[in-house]
Order: sequence, then structure tokens, then C-alpha cells
Amino acid sequence: MRQSNSYIVIYAAVLTIVCGGLLALAAEGLKEKQQYNIDMEQKKNILSTVITLDEGADINAVYSKKVKAFVVDFEGNVKDGIEPKDVNLAVEYKKAPADRLLPVYEFKSESDPNKTEYVVLPVFGYGLWNNIWGFVALKADLNTIQGVKFQHAGETPGLGARIESDQDVQDRYKGKTIFDESKLVSVSMMKGEGFEYADKPHQVDGMSGATLTGKGVNNMLKDYFASYENYMKKNKQ
Amino acid sequence: MSTEAVAVQEKKSEPLFSKANRKLISNPLDIDNPVTVQILGVCSALAVTTQMKPAFVMSLGLTIVTASSNVVISMMRNSIPSRIRIIVQLAVVSLWVILVDQLLKAYVYEVSKQLSVFVGLIITNCIVMGRLEAYAMGNKPWPSLLDGMGNGLGYGMILMTLAFFRELFGGGSLFGFKVFESMGVHYTGNGLMLLPAGACILLGIIIWIQRSINGYRESH
Repeated sequence: MRQSNSYIVIYAAVLTIVCGGLLALAAEGLKEKQQYNIDMEQKKNILSTVITLDEGADINAVYSKKVKAFVVDFEGNVKDGIEPKDVNLAVEYKKAPADRLLPVYEFKSESDPNKTEYVVLPVFGYGLWNNIWGFVALKADLNTIQGVKFQHAGETPGLGARIESDQDVQDRYKGKTIFDESKLVSVSMMKGEGFEYADKPHQVDGMSGATLTGKGVNNMLKDYFASYENYMKKNKQ
Repeated sequence: MSTEAVAVQEKKSEPLFSKANRKLISNPLDIDNPVTVQILGVCSALAVTTQMKPAFVMSLGLTIVTASSNVVISMMRNSIPSRIRIIVQLAVVSLWVILVDQLLKAYVYEVSKQLSVFVGLIITNCIVMGRLEAYAMGNKPWPSLLDGMGNGLGYGMILMTLAFFRELFGGGSLFGFKVFESMGVHYTGNGLMLLPAGACILLGIIIWIQRSINGYRESH
């Protein structure tokens, strides 16, 4: 009986239903907790582009006190009725820049909560193997980079993955500027590593063995800075 | 009718921690170690051992998956049609692996990010499938549980040993605690220890030491 075809088919079907049911139950039960972790990580990434977070810092408290988040359109106008957390960058990235919903995270000053100290913008693009994304913090002049935080889904460990794992690579962007006079030029990661770019405001040292990931980062920054260009021109101080 | 005869024999009750049962735990730690003797699960042993914490969580994950899959398959063993037994085993293993992965994502998110794809790859870890096919398909749940735990611990033991040396000499810390710094010694990490190649060399040395102690020889 155990070898008959109908027994096998029924056995497989029951097994599938039981396993699928259990997994659906687990996924549903843990969803809230997982989403909380993902949100926390995003807040942490946004904050870490501008300040150094101590171990065990209350990220929620700092975030809600300091960060004002909203969404703008390509023209730089604030869009009402939609919050940054409702914007899926992976979806927006595929649209034409003019149609994108663009989240903005304003980082308020300690002394004057109405004064914007930094503006953190999300960026999204494609590296060598898979999506790359991150946050770029600009000073209130909306030109000078305060800090960046990159992440990736599948760049090569030890090579392209350094955009996330190597703080030194991310620190290279600090103090660079994205406008030349009033023309948007973005910041480009160059080919080759170990060169000095201190006097070149729009270039940073490259990553040896990861030129293509670097190109992906360059495209990502250029693409997203261009999307935010109208907003930047309207709001720079 | 031979199956019934075996079933009757099995019924002779045995103390929970009889000598044979204790061996199920202790053998995989030494003479029958899944990593150093059977050379299974090496891929993840090289990949997740740069630090103690992910190595520990990975060991725990694999132990839980192996032990629970062993028990479930052992309970189902008399009903599993032999023509689809591998796929049934796979389904049960996947179930546990996804559960573990979901739990990690919910409760230790940072660690789950470090382990990333390797938790999912427990499904293809030869240790798990090997124990199901070789042991749980023919034994009762209790010994299967012990066998699964034993093999998980044997794997974990090697992972922790590797991670101990790699984190200590590669980064100068243990479980993130800066050992050399706290002793006031300046230590520059050895980069080789952090690379998979360094882990491979280290694993080779561990295998050498263990085999020279327990006298294991490959049979030809």
C-alpha cells in the first residue's frame, strides 16, 4: 500500500499543506517583530550618516526628536498624504526620475528645532551583481556631503562589498561637493586605489578590484542627485 | 513480515541514557565528527567563523535543525513512501530551516544579517540530510534526537574552535571583547585569519591534530 501511486500523491499533498500552513503561521506571527527590526535598522542608518551612535543608544528617541521625514516630487514640492515609510525605493527606482516619489529626512539642529542641520536622502541603484542602496547626508547648503551609508545585496565580499563593510570607503565621501557652481556634477569614485583626491571636490579614491561596483555607485548617486536637483535648488541655504 | 519482527525487538525498553545512547552524543564529537572526520559542512565552517557570535548562532541553528528534523523524520519513518523519501526529508528540513531563519530575523536581526544566506543553506548541509538518511529513517525518535544533537554539537565544536582562533588572531577579540586591548597590548590583526583561505589552513591543522589523537585512518 505504501508504494501505490495514490498513497504517494496523497502523502505528498498532505505534507505540503501541513508544512505550508505551519510556515504561513510562523511568518504571520513574527511579521510585526521583523518589520520593527527593519524599521530600526533604517533609522539607525539614517542617523549614522550624520552622527556617531553609541552602543545601546535609544535610536527611536533620537530619531523622533531630530528627524522630520516627508516625501517630495520631482519638482521639489512636498507631497501631502504620503509618508516615507510607504515609499518602496526598489519600485520607485524603476520609474522615470520625473515620476519618482522622493523621501527626504531632515535632521534638525539641537538648539533650534526649526533649523535644518543636515538633509539625508535615500539613494538606490544597481551594482555589479545586484541592487545597492543607501543614504547620503548633505549639509544645509545641500552641496557638501556630511556622510554616506551604503548597503548592497550581492556585491563580492572583500571587493565590491566594501562599500558597506569598509567604513573607510564610505568616509572618503565626507566633505566632497556635488555641485560645480550651479551645475550638478555628483561625486565619482575613480578607478584604482591609493590615490590622493583631497584637492578634487567631485572625486573619491576607488576600490581596487571593484571598479564596476564603483561605477554602479557613481550611477546611483548621479541618478538620485538628479532626481532631487529641483528640491535641492529650492531649499539650499 | 520481517519489519514486524524488528519492531518487536525494538520494544525492549532501554534506559534513556544507556551506553549506546551516550555514544550517539559522544561519537560525533570525536571519532565520528561530521566536519573533521566525515568532512561534511566545510563550506559553512569556513564562511561563518570570522567571529565567535555568528559561529555560535550557526552551531545552535544547525543543532536545532538536525535534532528536530531527525525526530520528525523518525516519527514519520514508517509511513514515508520510500520512492519519495528524499523529498520528504527535504521538506521537513526546509520547514525547520525557514522557521529558524524567521526566528533569527525576529529576535537577533544583526546576527541574522551576518549569517545571511548561510542559514538558508543549512537545507543543503550534508550533515542534516546525511543523518536523516543514515540514522533517523531506521531508528526511534529518542535515539534520533540524541544522534541529531550529537552531530550538531560535533559541528558546533569545530566551528567554535575555528572561530576562537580566527577572531582572536584576526581581530584581537573574543565575542567582540577586545582581549589584547584590555591587557594593554597593542595587537594588529592578522588578515589571513579573516580570509576563507586562513580558515581552510586552520581547519586542516585541526583535522591533523584530531586524527593524530584519535588514530582515525581513511580506509581504502
